[in-house]
Amino acid sequence: MSADFLYGIEVVINGLMAGVMYALVALGFVLIFKASGIFNFAQGVMALFAALTLVGIMEGQIPFAHLINATFGTEIHHFGWHVPALLAIAMTVGVMVLFAWAVQRFLFRHLVGQEPIILFMATIGLAYFLEGVGDLMWGSDIKTLALGLPQGGARWIEDATAGLGGDDFYGFFIDKLDIVATGVAIVLVTGLILFSQYTKHGRAMRAVADDHQAALSVGISLNFIWILVWSLAGFVALVAGIMWGAKSGVQFSLSLIALKALPVLMLGGFTSIPGAIVGGLIIGVGEKLFEYLIGPMVGGATENWFAYVLALLFLVFRPQGLFGEKIIERV
Amino acid sequence: MKDMTESYVTEDGRTIGDVMLDLRNITLRFGGVEAIKDISFDIREGEIRAIIGPNGAGKSSMLNVISGFYIPQEGEVWFHGRKRPQMKPYQVARQGIARTFQNIALFEGMTVLDNIMTGRLNYTKSGMLAQAIWKGKAEREETENREKVERVIDFLEIQAIRKTPVGRLPYGLKKRVELARALAADPKLLLLDEPMAGMNVEEKEDMSRFILDVNDEFGTTIALIEHDMGVVMDLSDRVVVMDYGKKIGDGTPDDVRNNQAVIDAYLGVAHDD
Repeated sequence: MSADFLYGIEVVINGLMAGVMYALVALGFVLIFKASGIFNFAQGVMALFAALTLVGIMEGQIPFAHLINATFGTEIHHFGWHVPALLAIAMTVGVMVLFAWAVQRFLFRHLVGQEPIILFMATIGLAYFLEGVGDLMWGSDIKTLALGLPQGGARWIEDATAGLGGDDFYGFFIDKLDIVATGVAIVLVTGLILFSQYTKHGRAMRAVADDHQAALSVGISLNFIWILVWSLAGFVALVAGIMWGAKSGVQFSLSLIALKALPVLMLGGFTSIPGAIVGGLIIGVGEKLFEYLIGPMVGGATENWFAYVLALLFLVFRPQGLFGEKIIERV
Repeated sequence: MKDMTESYVTEDGRTIGDVMLDLRNITLRFGGVEAIKDISFDIREGEIRAIIGPNGAGKSSMLNVISGFYIPQEGEVWFHGRKRPQMKPYQVARQGIARTFQNIALFEGMTVLDNIMTGRLNYTKSGMLAQAIWKGKAEREETENREKVERVIDFLEIQAIRKTPVGRLPYGLKKRVELARALAADPKLLLLDEPMAGMNVEEKEDMSRFILDVNDEFGTTIALIEHDMGVVMDLSDRVVVMDYGKKIGDGTPDDVRNNQAVIDAYLGVAHDD
C-alpha cells in the first residue's frame, strides 16, 4: 500500500477520534434540548466550569480565595491537601447536580411557558454568569488537569502498523488520550441510551420531552425531570471538560468548544443521542480529510470553517438533521 | 329522589359506596372573571358522575380543579375523607386520579404501547441500575406492568395499533389510547373531559360501552364531561349541571331532566343577573 493512502487512513482515524470529542460536547446539548426544548448555550461553559471545579478540588484550592482575600485582607489560597482523582470527580458531580438544581430553582422555574427565544437568551446570560462564577471561584490562570490519563502517541500501534507501508511510512500515529476518550464516550452513550430506554426516569424524561400536560397527568414531576436532565448534562459536561482539559489544559477558551458542537447538532439533529455521535464523527473525519486533501490547494486552515459550511448545506437540504425527529404534520 | 347519604345498589346491580371526592364551596377566578362560583358536589365510590352544561359553563375548569391543574381561590377538596392540601397535578395523579383531556394530550412521538406504559410509571419502584440491566425486582415489575398494559389493550380493542406511533393515528383512536393510558394507572377516580367530542355515532357507541365496562369490570369511579345529552342520560348515575360557573342542578338524570333551571339553560332563557 502506498504511504499516501496509509496517511489518508491515519487522517480518517484521527478524524474519528476528534469527532468523538465534538460528540461529547454535543451530547449535553441534545439531552437538555430533548427534555425541555431549551437550546443550552451554556453547555460549553458548563464543561469549563466542571473542569475548573475538578482541578480546584483536586489541588485543594480554596474557592473564592481572591474574593475572600480582597475583602478581608487575608492571604489564603490552599487548604493544603490534595484530593484523590476519583473522590474529586464524585465531588464535582455533586457540584454539577447542585448547579442543575439552582438553574431550575432560580432561573427556569420562573420562565415556564416562555417562548424558546426567551429561554435561549436566558442560557446566554447563564453562560456568562457561570463563566464569571468560575473565574471568581477558581481564578483565571490556565491549569493543568493531572488525572494521570495516558497521553502521547500509542507506540504499540505505530510499531504494529509500521510494516504496512514502505520505508516512508512509520505506522499510524494515534494519541492515547483519544483512545481513552473514545472508550469513555462509548460507555457514556451506552449508559445514557440504557437509561433513557429502560428506566422509569428515562421514560419519564422522554415523556416530558414530548408533552408536558400529558406527563403531569401520569404523575411525572416536571421540575424533578428538569433537574435530572440538567444534572445529566452537567455530568456529560464534566466528561467533556476532563477530555478537552487533559488535551489542551483547563483554560477559559474551553467554553468555545460549544461553538464546535453547533455544526455537529445541525448534522445529527438536536433530538438524537446517536445523531450527536454520528454527527460528531462526520464532522471530525470530514474536516481532517478535507484539510488533508483540499487544504494544500486553498492554503490550509480549512478546519476553522469546514464544519460550518457542511452544517449550512444540511440546513438547506435536510433541516431536521440525519437522525432528528421528522416533522410530521397531519392536516 | 334517592337517599344520597347511604350506599345503595343500582338497578343494574352495581354498588354505589361512600363519598370518595367531596368538593366544598369551590370558587375559581381568572383575573376578574369567575369561572366557578361557589360550587359544591360530591362523587361517590363506584358511580359514573356527569358534569354537563352549555359551552363556557366552567365544566373543564372544574375537572382541572379536581386534577390539580387549576388551584381554586376558595373552597376545599376532600378525597377519601381527608382534606386535600394544595397539590401539583403530578401529586394528584399519584393519589390515584387519572384523567384525559378535551384536546387530547398524548406523547405523539411514542408508540401506542409506550404511551400506555407511561401510565405505569408510578408503579415502578426498583432501583435505577436494576431497571437499566433488567434484573430481579425490576424484571418482576416490568412483567407486571406489561401484563396490566396488555389487559388494557385487549379491553379497549387496540391490539392492531399497539406498535403504531400515536402521531399517525386518527382522532377517534387517539381518544381511545388516551383512555387506555389513564386506565393503565389503575385509577381510583377517572376524569374524562369530553371523551366523545368530535366522534361519529359508531365511535360514540364504542366509547360509551368502554366507559360502562370500565366502571363495571374494574369498579372505577368515573367523572365525565359530555355534551351529548342522550349519552349522558344513558351513562351516568348522577349529573351536575353548570351554567355561567354556577351549579344549577344536581341529581339523577331524571331529576335533572325535569329541572326548570336546567331546561332554561339549555333552551336559552334571558338571565337576570
